[in-house]
Parts: sequence; C-alpha cells; structure tokens
Amino acid sequence: MAKSTRNRPASTRESNARQTNRPPQIVQTVEQSVQQLNGRSSGLQNVGNPERAISIAAGAILAALGLRRRDATGVFIAGVGSALAFRGITGHCSLYQALGANTCPCDADRDDGVEVSASFLINKPAEVLYSFWRHFENLPKFMSHLESVSELDRGRSHWVANAPAIYGGKVEWDAEITADEPNKLIRWRSLPGADIEHRGSIQFTKALGDRGTNVRVEMEYRPPAGKLGQWIAKLFHEEPKQQIHDDLRRFKRLMEAGDILTIVGQPRGTCTGHGVRES
Amino acid sequence: MKALTWCAPYKVSVEEVPQPKILNQRDAIIRVTSTCICGSDLHLVDGFIPFMKPGDILGHEPMGIVEELGPGVDQSKIRVGDRVVVPFMISCGECFFCRRQLYSCCDNTNPKSSIGEAMHGQATAGVFGYSHLTGGYAGGQAEFLRVPFADFNLQKMPQEFTDEQLVFLTDIYPTGYMAAWQCDIKPDDTVAIWGCGPVGQFTIRSAALLGAGQIIAIDDEQKVPERMQMARDGGAITIDMHDEYVYDRLMDLTGGIGPDACIDAVGMEAHGYTAIESLYDKVKTNLFMETERPHAFRQAAMCCRKGGTLSVPGVYGGFADKIPLGAIMNKGLTIKTGQTHVHRFVPELLEHVKQGRIDPSFVVTHRLPLSEAPRAYDMFRAKEDGCIKVVLDPAA
Ligand SMILES: NC(=O)c1ccc[n+]([C@@H]2O[C@H](COP(=O)([O-])OP(=O)(O)OC[C@H]3O[C@@H](n4cnc5c(N)ncnc54)[C@H](O)[C@@H]3O)[C@@H](O)[C@H]2O)c1
Ligand SMILES: [Zn+2]
Ligand SMILES: [Zn+2]
Repeated sequence: MAKSTRNRPASTRESNARQTNRPPQIVQTVEQSVQQLNGRSSGLQNVGNPERAISIAAGAILAALGLRRRDATGVFIAGVGSALAFRGITGHCSLYQALGANTCPCDADRDDGVEVSASFLINKPAEVLYSFWRHFENLPKFMSHLESVSELDRGRSHWVANAPAIYGGKVEWDAEITADEPNKLIRWRSLPGADIEHRGSIQFTKALGDRGTNVRVEMEYRPPAGKLGQWIAKLFHEEPKQQIHDDLRRFKRLMEAGDILTIVGQPRGTCTGHGVRES
Repeated sequence: MKALTWCAPYKVSVEEVPQPKILNQRDAIIRVTSTCICGSDLHLVDGFIPFMKPGDILGHEPMGIVEELGPGVDQSKIRVGDRVVVPFMISCGECFFCRRQLYSCCDNTNPKSSIGEAMHGQATAGVFGYSHLTGGYAGGQAEFLRVPFADFNLQKMPQEFTDEQLVFLTDIYPTGYMAAWQCDIKPDDTVAIWGCGPVGQFTIRSAALLGAGQIIAIDDEQKVPERMQMARDGGAITIDMHDEYVYDRLMDLTGGIGPDACIDAVGMEAHGYTAIESLYDKVKTNLFMETERPHAFRQAAMCCRKGGTLSVPGVYGGFADKIPLGAIMNKGLTIKTGQTHVHRFVPELLEHVKQGRIDPSFVVTHRLPLSEAPRAYDMFRAKEDGCIKVVLDPAA
C-alpha cells in the first residue's frame, strides 16, 4: 500500500493535498495549471505538503516573473521558478534527494505501517499533563480521528476511531499499557485481534527554566490487509505527521488555555447578499 | 446582521449574514458601536495578502457593549453591559508568548496555524477579519462580533469618553506607540517616520510623548497635504517625498549622521521614490512575483544612522526584493518590528487619555454608516476628501 501511495499519479496526490491542506485559492489555480503543464509524475514524494503549497506559490511567482522578462536573468529566474513549481506539484525535489534531506514522513512507512512523532513545549507542569493523558478517555477531546476511548481493567482500554459508514462507521481495538512512569512516560499498544495494530508513547521532560514541559509523542499504525486496511491506510497515511502535530497542538491548547478555539459556526458572507455559517 | 465582506481584490460589499453565537466557552458577543477602517484592511482588500476567501468578514478595530457571555467567562473580569475595546489580536494569556507579553505571537488562538507555519516558519495569533493566515476569524466591521477568551481580551472602558476617543486603543494608537517605544528614544534623539497615515500620526504623537528631541515625518505633500499638516500639528518637521530628496533633507537635519530611529509606518503598499523603482515593484507585485513594495523600508535602512534602530510597524506579508542587507549589517542597525502587542499598552495609553496628554480622536476625518463602507474604502484608499481615518457606525 505504501508503494502504491508513492506511485499514485500526481493528480490524485494533489487532490488529497488540497483536501487536507487547503492552500489558498490563488495557489490552487496556479497549482492546477502547473499540474496540467507537467502531466503525470512518478517520482517519490520527499517534500512535505505545507511546504509543497508554498513551493507551488513561490514557484509560480518566480516563473511568472521570468516569463515577463526578456533578458538572461529572466530566463534564469523562470527556470528556478518552474523547478520550484514542479517540485511543489510532484512532491519531489532532486536537490533534496541529492542532499539526502527528507521533509516528508512518507518514507517512514516501509512495511505498510506509519510511524510518526511530534513534540511540543507546553507551559504546564508534567504532573498536570501526565494525569490528563493517562486518562485515555480524554484523548478524543483533542485527537481528531478518535471517537472514544474507554478504560477497562488492568491497564487495558477500548479504542474507537471514526470511519465512513460503508466500513461500519468505526474501527475498534483494545489496547494495553506497557509502561507507566508517573509524570515521565506512558507506552501503550493494541492487543491481538485489533482492526488496526497500533502502538504509542508519550514522554514528559521538564523544559529549561520556567518554560514548562517538553512533550514528545510517538505513534505507529499498522493496518491489516484488504479493503478496510486500505481505507485505514488512507486515513492514517494522508498527513500522518501533520495529523499528530495538529493533535498535539490541540492538546497543548487544551492544557494551556483550557479550550481549543474554533471558527466553525461563525457568520460569513457569500458575496450574494446573504451569508451563511462557517462550516 | 449587516457585515462588510471581501469579494475580490478591490471589491467589498455589505451583506446580511447570521448573528454570531457563542462557539467556545469563554466567548463573548459584542454589539459593535464603532468600528474603523485601517491601512491593514487595504492590504487585505487589495489582494496583497493572498489568504483571503470571498465572503470573509473584515474589520479588526471595533468597540462596543457586551451582549452575551459564554458559560466559562470569568465574570469578575467582564460582565454583560460593559463598554469594551476589542484588541485586534486574539490572545490566550497563558502561553509562553503571552506570559512574556508578546500577545500578537500567542500560540493558542490561531485555528489555522499550519498556514502560518508554512508561510513564516511559525504561526502568529488569531486576528479578527485578517485573512486565513491569522485564523480566518469573522471581523468587526459588522453589527455584532464574537470575541474568544473574552475575559482576557476585552478591555473595559470608562464612560466619560466618546467612542472616537477610545476606539483607536484597538490598534493604531498602541501600534504607533509600540513603534516609537521600541526605539528606546532618548531626549537628544531624532526620530524619522515614513508615512503620515493614521499609524504614522500616532507614531509622531507617541515619539513626542516619549520625549524625542526632533521628529521628522515623510509623506507626499501633493497627494496628502492634510496628513502633512496634521503631522506638523503634532510637532513634526515634514519632508515632502514628492518634491524633496528625502535622504539629503534627513542628513541636513541631523548634522549628516542620519536619524537615530527610522520608523516605517507605510508597509507593503508603499509608493516608490523614482519611476523605475516604482515600476519594478508594481509590476512584480501585480504578477505575484513579490508580495511587497518595500520602498519605505529600503529608504529607512539607507538613511538610518550607524548603530540606529529601524522600527517597522508597517505590515509585510511574505517576501521582498532588494532589501539593503549590506546597509543593515555594516551600519549595525537594530530592527524592531511586529504586529502590536495591544493588551500590553492599553492601561498606560488609556492613562494618557485620562490625563489629557492626548486626545486620540484628532485623527478622525469621517464617520459613516456601516452600509456605506464600500464607498468609505474607496475614499480611504484614494485619500479623497481629505480622508485620514474613517469610523463606521453599524447602528446608523
Ligand atoms: N504592526 C501593526 O500591528 C499594525 C497595525 C495597524 C496598521 N499597521 C500597518 O501600518 C501601515 C500604515 O497604516 P495606515 O493605516 O496608516 O495606512 P495608510 O495607507 O492610511 O497610510 C500610509 C501612508 O504612507 C504614505 N506613503 C506611501 N508610500 C510612502 C513612501 N514611500 N514614503 C513615505 N510615505 C509613503 C501614504 O501616502 C499614506 O499616507 C500599514 O502597513 C498597516 O498595515 C500595522
Ligand atoms: Zn488596524
Ligand atoms: Zn497565548
């Protein structure tokens, strides 16, 4: 599955990038047109998605500049510009490849699994953060894919993640805690028979001075084979790095500010004279 | 309710939209009594910050009366019926940045942080009506406004002053103040300010409050004579960028060493000093090849004295060309900038108003109904009819 993800045509990858990334409108149009120019691409993806949106925008800007200038600099700038745009569209940068740099998590999924990590500095003592996280029931408050986690007995818990209706509306698994050092570390992993093999850990380290606690989360998902597996792979593959980063950011917000702000439900216009609520 | 929405570059309209409601537990709903148009709105409307979506409600300089509070609001701080000013930045009060009073850098209020991270490396705070780069929040050029973390953000105001005397605490009065304050002004200092718009005007008055020895303001006498006059009324010597060589005049006025502090209160839509320079940036920005027209910044860097301070309240969004990094480095300049940390300055600046040291309403030239906002935008952009600052009245 991971292989097929990598080799999907640029167009499929782009539409996914758009859904998850929502680049601004101008970027989209530029993106689309450059995409038409470039057609399909079969390189590996080694440029992370937010960075791709910016590459595309910056690339288009430079390309436009070069195209309007008739001198040698213009040609050079046009070259750099379209190279950048190409890199944005295909998610591949030969410069990065040459340098061995990789800003995309996609290569971490060698045996169809996804391994991701994220860290945040949270302005609260480790005790507060640890005890909130240790009650796994709290996780769906900030982890967007989770519907519920219920604690069973002896460090075991039952996890339910959202899924489209055709897959029964949910994916479920039982998990157990494999390490628990108060205010320092928690590790957990799914039990045999799970819809998805999952393992995770969170570490709390006191930050310098009065800066609070450094929190680092690592997670691994290994979907089963078959259709459901494909869907899960899609769910956890799209933007796994961005996903865990955003989830942990929500955790930080909940801990520091006591709430996660939203704009969903606010008024917005439509330019037709009658506004709607933001969805 | 009525609200002003952005539809396309240079096009805004007044629409009927749903009333805001409480979405987070520490939200408040404000009935807006006065709301202003800012130079920053022009950057957004004119398409210089490419993160606007059609239908976005603009406005970040509102004040009004608290109508409703969410269940989590600390009522010892804010109550229904309070008269409040709404700082344009939304801050949480708790994060690393808020604890250091860097409120515009708040980590916890921008729901779309990933855009800022991609564009600038890190995302800044949420801002009302200020594009999706700062969270996509509905703005305050509307009859009602939802304000998150209301007990931290709303600034209670006394009754004895008019809206016009208080409403600029939302943005431009603290912005002008911070621009001057961060230059660490000494009594024998010369402070030069590019741009005599509303921000420039408050920078001039703040430099005076902070005891600057000599204040010099630069703008275009032909285009905006009323702004130049207002600058002189505020105690500044003016330089007409249209008819004078700005660098030469500044050197004359400083014994050849240059101003100790140079403040760019113009931002990304500056006019150029020479036809070629203007054309260069105009063409490039129109084609989205560059996001700024940094004429004022370039000139400020060239004019600043060795070891001096460049303060930049003027807004920039992305990438600029031909920044004289050599001048900045070799002359050992210090750059101070940022979206304003409004909350930090409100108590101090309100005190100046109470003590009669400044009456912020001096800058108002027009008060118009919200329904006429599209015309007001055009007038403010074109500097027609002596327009310096427009206050909109949603109830009129
Ligand atoms: N940092 C902040 O938090 C903050 C807050 C508010 C506004 N701003 C920014 O401050 C800037 C000014 O805002 P404003 O409301 O006064 O805008 P404005 O458009 O009314 O004023 C700009 C003035 O600059 C003059 N100008 C243009 N090019 C010039 C040049 N090359 N040299 C000298 N003057 C020149 C114009 O004639 C005009 O009078 C904008 O960029 C705005 O976005 C920043
Ligand atoms: Zn403003
Ligand atoms: Zn904060």
